[in-house]
Amino acid sequence: MKELEYPFDAGYIINKKKSIKKALKADGTTRIKKKIAVLGGSTTANIISILELFLLNYGIEPEFYESEYAQYWQDAMFPDEHLMNFNPDIVFIHTSNRNITNYPVMTDSAEDVEAKFNAEAQKFHVMWESVKEKFHCPIIQNNFEMPLYRLLGNRDAWDIHGRTNFITRLNDYIYSYARENESFYVNDLNFISADYGLKEWSNPLFWNMYKYAMCFEAIPSFSFSVANIIKSIFGKNKKALALDLDNTLWGGVVGDDGVDGIEIGQETGVSQSYYEFQSYVKELKQLGIVLTVCSKNDHENAIAGLNHPEGALKPDDFIIIKANWENKDRNIAETALELNIGQDAIVFADDNPAERAIVSAQIAGCAVPEMEGVENYINIIDRSGFFEVTSFSDDDLKRNEMYKKNVLRNQQLASFGDYGEYLKSLEMTGEIADFKPVYIARITQLTNKSNQFNVTTKRYTPAEMEQVFESDEYIRLYGKLIDKFGDNGVVSVVIGKKDGNNLNIDLWLMSCRVLKRDMELAMLDKLVEKAKAQGIEKLTGYYYPTAKNNMVRELYGTFGFTKTKEDEEGNTVWELDITSYENKNKYINVVEEIN
Amino acid sequence: MDAKTLFTRLNRVFQDVFDDASIRITPKTTANDIEDWDSLEHITLISAVEREFGMKFKMGEISSMKNVGEMAQIIAQRASK
Repeated sequence: MKELEYPFDAGYIINKKKSIKKALKADGTTRIKKKIAVLGGSTTANIISILELFLLNYGIEPEFYESEYAQYWQDAMFPDEHLMNFNPDIVFIHTSNRNITNYPVMTDSAEDVEAKFNAEAQKFHVMWESVKEKFHCPIIQNNFEMPLYRLLGNRDAWDIHGRTNFITRLNDYIYSYARENESFYVNDLNFISADYGLKEWSNPLFWNMYKYAMCFEAIPSFSFSVANIIKSIFGKNKKALALDLDNTLWGGVVGDDGVDGIEIGQETGVSQSYYEFQSYVKELKQLGIVLTVCSKNDHENAIAGLNHPEGALKPDDFIIIKANWENKDRNIAETALELNIGQDAIVFADDNPAERAIVSAQIAGCAVPEMEGVENYINIIDRSGFFEVTSFSDDDLKRNEMYKKNVLRNQQLASFGDYGEYLKSLEMTGEIADFKPVYIARITQLTNKSNQFNVTTKRYTPAEMEQVFESDEYIRLYGKLIDKFGDNGVVSVVIGKKDGNNLNIDLWLMSCRVLKRDMELAMLDKLVEKAKAQGIEKLTGYYYPTAKNNMVRELYGTFGFTKTKEDEEGNTVWELDITSYENKNKYINVVEEIN
Repeated sequence: MDAKTLFTRLNRVFQDVFDDASIRITPKTTANDIEDWDSLEHITLISAVEREFGMKFKMGEISSMKNVGEMAQIIAQRASK
């Protein structure tokens, strides 16, 4: 819904929140349900009701637990039955500098200040540990905004007695905890409040009258930030950025003005702005965001423009370059198909409102930010939170490289008559083994991102994955695939839960970038081998249909499983007797560890 | 701005905030007359009225206004749009 996309009108959202909610609920979208416990150190009512709107808009239907006023610590330390039974998927601790109880005073010695700091830090530390132990779910914790006043003026920043200094140190403490605890996420209240304008933000009227830790109109900005973290945790980030060229990546029209006539580089303020935007886009690529071009241009003009010596981006930075005279919605749809990602995983950036309108109208779920004025481009893409980074693995660093190699593989495929010959020519090696700590982040990320080749679409938070990893009730496999073009990284995950001599397959997923490589057969062979070694005689597989996973509806059938159950919604159960199983994989050399 | 225009605009703010097109406010209307007008939504209403008329209520006024009529009086004195 446009009204909930950055840059939104906070006043409109506040005024209309009831009718916006009704409209979202009635729009027919299927949403994942998530339970969110909000433990507040100040009033949370409107923070929750507006957070709900943003989450609904992201395809998440939240159910909330709201602690009694300012009972965040008590709830985290000694949750009552109600909260325990609520069994949250996320705990959001909404504290602010109003919850710092013991600030230093001028007469404090250095030791006194240190003692106060430790007491405050410990208060939070024990709370996080308690939440982690009791709920095994991700924690979102606000850091602290800068103080309402600076008793020492500028000196407040560095003097150990200054609140500014005290808060800065506490924030640092929060960050070091975040670096060491995977399921712990910081909501950067300090940045959001500065970005909004600290003076307005901390208008004390709202604390003294209503016990809100921020001014009322700032609530949408705040809740939007929390929603971005939550949707990212649950795998709803965008994956690709499709860019127009003329007046988007450079000033002018390359077809008319020629390569020498376009504005990019260091010459003028305008060309510098385009250069800065290109550099920003290049940085996005480092996050693993896939870049593509979607431009109405002759292909050779597009390439010439991208090869401009003053540009930061080069043709090589893009996985797909669609420079033609087709309608853009069609090019975006094809881009999604070629990358094997959903259309709703694409952000389309174009300065032309008419092109934006057609893509918005035709491509469901595609994000289309209002790119108006080159000096605003970075701001709108950055603050929209499309690519909010909650986890980052080595694979993200290499993603563009991998997509590019896929394009090469497809070209090679065209030169082979027989598909088996092609697979042989790829010289594939698969590393298939029980989970290793180094891969846990990537494995968890895959469970939250994979939608198509995913039979149960079961999602795991890092904390849940850790439990699976540590329990001997499970047989776990990850699969890494390497071929002569390069390393695809961890691309497949299977988790089975033992039940006597039966193994229930809770999860079977594979990244679409290795479709039709027989990787699934290699995984099955290894699963059977591991299962047999533990006395298992039967595998039971489940398929739960979603809007996106039709491609694996018959996966277990093609493996030779027998369908034993099917209900009205299309959920199916499959069984395979493995006592006389014969290996199926012919093309992948499987090892436990690639050296 | 005459009283009629003010009440028409104010009524529309009430309808938006409480998402109820049947609301008809009068100077005598109080929180007791509108189902969803509780202490938590009072702030939503105040903030919406402030935006509509381009003015701010003083802190003391927010809690002391007894009915819509008193609210309208303050708006009439201070509205910038």
